[in-house]
Amino acid sequence: MWSLLLNSNTQWVLFSTMILGIAAGLIGCLSFWKRQSLLSDALAHAALPGVIIAFLLFGEKSLFVLIPGAALSALIGAAFIQWISSSTRISEDSAMGMILSIFYGLGIMLLTIANRTAGGNQSGLDTFIFGQAASMVKSDVITMLCLALIVIFIVFIAFKEWKIYLFDPQFAQGMGLSIKSMNGLYIAVLVTTIVIGIQAVGVILIAALLIIPPVSARYWTHSFKTMLLLSSLIGGISGAVGTTISALGSGWPTGPFIVIVAATLFVISLVFGKEKGLLIKYLSFRMHKKQIDVQHVNVHLRTRGMMK
Amino acid sequence: MAETVLKVENLSASYRKNTVLYDVNFEVKAGSLTGIVGPNGAGKSTLIKTLLDLHPSLTGSVNFFGSSFKKVKKRIGYVPQRGSVDWDFPTNALDVVTMGLYGKIGWLKRPSRQHKEQAYEALKKMGMADYADRQISQLSGGQQQRVFLARALVQDADLYFMDEPLVGVDAQTELAIMTILKELKKSGKTVMVVHHDLQTVENYFDHVLLLNRTVIKHGTTEQVFTKENIAKTYGGNIRWIGEEKSHVVPSLEQ
Repeated sequence: MWSLLLNSNTQWVLFSTMILGIAAGLIGCLSFWKRQSLLSDALAHAALPGVIIAFLLFGEKSLFVLIPGAALSALIGAAFIQWISSSTRISEDSAMGMILSIFYGLGIMLLTIANRTAGGNQSGLDTFIFGQAASMVKSDVITMLCLALIVIFIVFIAFKEWKIYLFDPQFAQGMGLSIKSMNGLYIAVLVTTIVIGIQAVGVILIAALLIIPPVSARYWTHSFKTMLLLSSLIGGISGAVGTTISALGSGWPTGPFIVIVAATLFVISLVFGKEKGLLIKYLSFRMHKKQIDVQHVNVHLRTRGMMK
Repeated sequence: MAETVLKVENLSASYRKNTVLYDVNFEVKAGSLTGIVGPNGAGKSTLIKTLLDLHPSLTGSVNFFGSSFKKVKKRIGYVPQRGSVDWDFPTNALDVVTMGLYGKIGWLKRPSRQHKEQAYEALKKMGMADYADRQISQLSGGQQQRVFLARALVQDADLYFMDEPLVGVDAQTELAIMTILKELKKSGKTVMVVHHDLQTVENYFDHVLLLNRTVIKHGTTEQVFTKENIAKTYGGNIRWIGEEKSHVVPSLEQ
């Protein structure tokens, strides 16, 4: 195992999935407070047809080519969701469900076609569904690292703006912050995070990396800043540990292991979390009950005493 | 003659195909405290949002301080309805008040200790100093409203728009808010407040804007806030309990 981890390629891959986890943890917090967690799932699925089309057009599997395709396709998905929910009677969640399944279906159909073409079978495009971090080559890793760092930087530099945008967009606009550009920036960083994650985690499970870390972090803090930090920490750990485990077996997909690690951290947070974690809630309820009981007994004894 | 701080001409706005506001014309002088009064669905909130460019207008022009909204944005403060934000958001009272200073701090810059102190002073003024570090989800409705008002105070604007600041707050908070509003007026600021309670209009405001999809009447409370005008605003379908107009109960049938 150690020889594997010391391998420089594995180290790079490990590092990049960790940074990906950090970026996803941060962006996940934005989606969480925008109450749009499901949007990331819809956009991830919507990215698949773009990946395959880009491959069919350029016959190359480097992230450099596939990322623009994935991003474009996800953005088209986002535009459709926006358009359906604003100009028809269909609600936003139904629109997301529709786009998610339609684009994913289209993606799988295209994938089947791509696999039949010459060389398609060896292309390993299937890895985009469940993710295969080990299949990344150095240029992929570098592309992914750069984009993830840009995303992290954008959240970091405009921390105050994100906060007011999420808490009170109308007030923010009244003060001169353009909500339209913030919306655009939000979609941009969200789509970037999704598309850089699809090779390592896969289109089906990348949403988990955006959803699970923030909900876990919520159990530990009442401060937005701490929530961002914890969420990125949980995302980073999930990425690194999940990749390590999947590297132990040959051909094991990365995505599911990353999600399992994230889910484990979530369960720990759910039970032991200091803000409304199950254990704390139970204990404080017990303690409170005991106090009240003692008071009652005291009152009872006193009244009895007076009667005698 | 006081300066005109707000001039609205022929303003109209709609949601989809429903025209909510039409032919809205009025002028507001500096140093006035105006209550915007009208039945549900009269377009009171929409009026404020349209004035502040938060909702698109169909026609008309809005003039602030003889200039356009964009140029004088910093002189205008806005207190949205309390229910318009998610109070579960992980932050504390002081932090929310500090948000009122973001425009002054400048985008992409961090608030300094001085800004925090300024925010704290505003909280203190609203009687909320002890709650500065309190999680906003743990504040009562009245306390949340005070935090919102403190946030507006630190903006140090010349013209304030407040959307139902007195709805769902306790009597103490209502008094605190009205004291602050009157203080603002005294210091020459202009305040426009969406208000629901007809009984208190005469006590609270020196000007009244009666609104029901268009301006029914606008002027000093004495002249405008009459039985007739109120009846006209509420669709002429008002049941009067007793003789006093302070006991007006708008009828539900329309």
